[in-house]
Amino acid sequence: MLLLVTFFTFSLVRLLPGDPTETIIPFGTDQQRAQLSKDLGLDKPFLQQYVNYLGVPVLKSEGTSGLLQGELGRKYATNQPVSDLLNQSLPISLQLVIYAQFLALAIAIPLGVLAAYRSGTRTDRAINTTAFAFLAIPNFVLALVLSYFVGARLKWLPTAGYQPGWLDQFFDPDRGSMIFSGWEDNHIRYMILPVITLAVGQIAIYMRLLRSDMIATLQENFITMAKAKGVPNRRILFRHALRPSSLTLLTVAGLNIGTLIGGAIVVEVIFGIPGLGTQIAVAISAREYVELQSYILVLAFLFVMINFVVDFLYIVLDPRIRRARAAA
Amino acid sequence: MTQPASAPTVSTAGPSEPLLQVEDLRTHFETPRGIVRAVDGVSFTLARGKTLGVVGESGSGKTVLSRSIMGLLPKRGTIREGSVRFDGTEITELSPKEMRDFWGARMSMIFQDPMTSLNPVMKIGKQITESIRQHLDVDKKYANELGENLLRSVRIPEPEQRLKEYPHQLSGGMRQRVCIAVALACGPALLFADEPTTALDVTVQAQVLDLMATQQRERFMAIVLITHDLGVVAGRADEIAVMYAGRIVEKAPTSVLFSDMKMPYTEALLSSIPKIEHPSHTRLNTIPGRPPNLVTPPQGCKFAPRCTYVQPRCLEEDPPLMPGTQPGHEYRCWFPVGTPEGAEALARNRADQAVTGGAA
Amino acid sequence: MPAPPPDDIPIPGPEGQRDLDRYAEDSLDSGLAVAQTQLYVSAVEVGGEGRRRGKGLGLGAWLAIGWLTFIVAVSVLAQLGILPLKSPTESFSECARLGPFAKEGTAPGHLLGCDSNGRDMIARMAYGGWSSLVVATGAVLFGLVFGGILGLLAGFFGGKIDAVITSVFNVFLAIPAVVLALALVAFLQGAASSGSGGDNVDPKLLLILAIGIVSVPLLGRITRASALTWSQREFVLAARAQGAKPMRIMVREVLPNVVPAMMSIALLAIAIAIVAEGTLSILGVGVRPPTPSWGNIIGLDRGRIKESPHIVFLPAILIFFTVLSLNFLGDVVRAKLDVRESAV
Repeated sequence: MLLLVTFFTFSLVRLLPGDPTETIIPFGTDQQRAQLSKDLGLDKPFLQQYVNYLGVPVLKSEGTSGLLQGELGRKYATNQPVSDLLNQSLPISLQLVIYAQFLALAIAIPLGVLAAYRSGTRTDRAINTTAFAFLAIPNFVLALVLSYFVGARLKWLPTAGYQPGWLDQFFDPDRGSMIFSGWEDNHIRYMILPVITLAVGQIAIYMRLLRSDMIATLQENFITMAKAKGVPNRRILFRHALRPSSLTLLTVAGLNIGTLIGGAIVVEVIFGIPGLGTQIAVAISAREYVELQSYILVLAFLFVMINFVVDFLYIVLDPRIRRARAAA
Repeated sequence: MTQPASAPTVSTAGPSEPLLQVEDLRTHFETPRGIVRAVDGVSFTLARGKTLGVVGESGSGKTVLSRSIMGLLPKRGTIREGSVRFDGTEITELSPKEMRDFWGARMSMIFQDPMTSLNPVMKIGKQITESIRQHLDVDKKYANELGENLLRSVRIPEPEQRLKEYPHQLSGGMRQRVCIAVALACGPALLFADEPTTALDVTVQAQVLDLMATQQRERFMAIVLITHDLGVVAGRADEIAVMYAGRIVEKAPTSVLFSDMKMPYTEALLSSIPKIEHPSHTRLNTIPGRPPNLVTPPQGCKFAPRCTYVQPRCLEEDPPLMPGTQPGHEYRCWFPVGTPEGAEALARNRADQAVTGGAA
Repeated sequence: MPAPPPDDIPIPGPEGQRDLDRYAEDSLDSGLAVAQTQLYVSAVEVGGEGRRRGKGLGLGAWLAIGWLTFIVAVSVLAQLGILPLKSPTESFSECARLGPFAKEGTAPGHLLGCDSNGRDMIARMAYGGWSSLVVATGAVLFGLVFGGILGLLAGFFGGKIDAVITSVFNVFLAIPAVVLALALVAFLQGAASSGSGGDNVDPKLLLILAIGIVSVPLLGRITRASALTWSQREFVLAARAQGAKPMRIMVREVLPNVVPAMMSIALLAIAIAIVAEGTLSILGVGVRPPTPSWGNIIGLDRGRIKESPHIVFLPAILIFFTVLSLNFLGDVVRAKLDVRESAV
């Protein structure tokens, strides 16, 4: 899977017309270019280049290092290693996405449960209609609306900029975390608007999803049984019904992280956050294809990892799968 | 054997009052197609430690009856009228919150399908101790011990092991035993068993029924045993109520019902059970047609369209519950089985059928 | 009483196709920018509740149709030059950045004000509507045709063909849609500028291709799931038993049944593509100025949102209502289609 992605992105970059050496040394002589091309291994056949890029031991050309050696390539223009850039930008985006995901689930789960519990009533319809309306607001519109009203007009929160948080510190201890600092330059303060922007669409999705699964679960016999046992409603909803209803939600929440990262690009650009999204946008406009290729690869890697985590959570949530696994 | 938990069943009523007294209970559902009269004026009483068998086809309202008595039906779209007195308390007027002290603790229920009535993602131990901890003021450890004892008393091998397992790891019969254990957890005075054996293998059916009977004796518990199978209630119920189209159409002590049934529907139900003395490959009697539409029930006797005794009067006048010759026997029929009127009606119909049959 | 269900409750397994397919149907919405997932599931459910069954279209649907008709009509008429609009590229410097409610000097004739270059907002939004709609519809058509063909092949033939096509889809789906679209636009721009020696290629076409390619795996998965179920129906087996050629069965028996599902998804897809165009414009790779599109009107002037918010919010409102209408209609159409399917 990941191999396919690497091959796909690699081919895309190599198929690009134009000589990367022109980007690196725009005013170099032909000889300089040939030398550079040799240094970069661009004179090798396509497949050899790919093998070098992957860094397959034995097969790769000598003296080179590829993905397997943790080499993500360098930026053409500045010769900066892409891994350094990632080190700075990835934690920012990850925090953004994690916060948004948690906020979305924290709001969507109670709402979905409530809507299912009161399905068909006015409460349900109100929740549903609101969710439907929120689904139609594009991320960038919401970002602009929030930054205009809450940021520019009310001046409650900053509309641009960033302060490092806990994950930045983890990736690079030199950068102090600004979680516990004063409110003015607190990490959280800068994250509120972007996170809300990202979360709103997800809330609507998750809520509707949970609602429909939950309605199905509430028809089950074991729910009536729990009621006949004298279990309070709240406990029935959250202890008995929520877990069996949450499998689809989990799948979508896991897979939607990709969507969130996509959404994060626009949000980061609009709110001026130097995360991976901004880096990608910059890389594209600067035609830094190797850099872009590495970013895409990292994202695909994350996507695959998340799928593993989702698989694992399935097992936690539904013991029946454990048996199916054991049998298989 | 250690005696499992028993709830403090403090009776507020005198010993003369029956445990359960249902009077003219009606349960109607509002649906887009109209009002469904699922239960339409049912009355009966049940004494402590006794068993009432409720028999009827699918759609006769027997399941709704049990849930309506317990107050388990959703409020929205349901109209419930009439009176249910349980142990001296009028429970139709209680809020769901107040009902929670009855549910599980003083009355409980076993459902038809053990495959779906246990939560698939919750350990069995949790499902048993949940109601114990809800109703009895005990700590977790003691609740677990009670749960283990309960499983042992419903004859589940290795109970301490089972507590840690999930429902899917048990067979259907075992699951129904777990359901019974759950229902018995707090020592209820009344147990509704809604088709408790329908979904089980024949060999397991008898075991489960016997288990219920044993538990009933040990706990002096009343049971409402709901089934479509007269054979299931035959040896086990003290009294049998036959339901049709949301009403009781015949009610009698068990021996009376089988020896002196008055209602053609009961007769038809009985003749649809295969009998051991029949030669093999005997064609089973079936009741022609289907239960009536409960939105627009027919005028007159609800069973008339399918009845072999039917007469013009049956189609016009709805028969009331009439007392039979023996005490406790009631039935709704103008031309009862085993009476001269009935025999005459049947003979007339047979003759007519022969004529029309011959003409066709 | 219903028969007890079988012991083996279908388990949404790790590779559980059921979940993936269900997600595929939804993940169309996980398209660009805003994921509008789950409309499919909830539409089915709303249909199940019988709310929108049979009883005509309802007020909401008519409002949605009205709005879309209005938008399409204005865009098309503007493009044809029939509407008495100002030029979308002509600058009236005296009224630059002035909004509709500007206290002083709202230049007569600019009902909704002007953008930062003094260009008439009404004209820009009308012509911009054309760009946005062309890009969105074009991309969805592209996705429907190619995703449809691939999905149909995969779902109908199964086996190796299915395995290959599905894994190609998966590769594309592993890359966030926005990132993929951005990369494709960049790639296509590079290819176009060096290939034909200049910027002769209409940037709209590049966008159509980029967004279209992104939508191929999303739409393809839905088609695949639908084709898979239809291919196992009795009438298809019957046709096979009669010795009809596979291609013929696929085109004559399966395709007509898959089309309604695709059409109902198309409305949603267009909504997402409109948002996608907007997103790409914000990121600077959308329809190239001075040609307006809803997205690039916002993208160009989002920096001036403090002084003249109308430039950003007017097209944003248009996008919002258009997307809302499309979502709503998509929902209604699917509810209707479900009824028909279940009635068969």
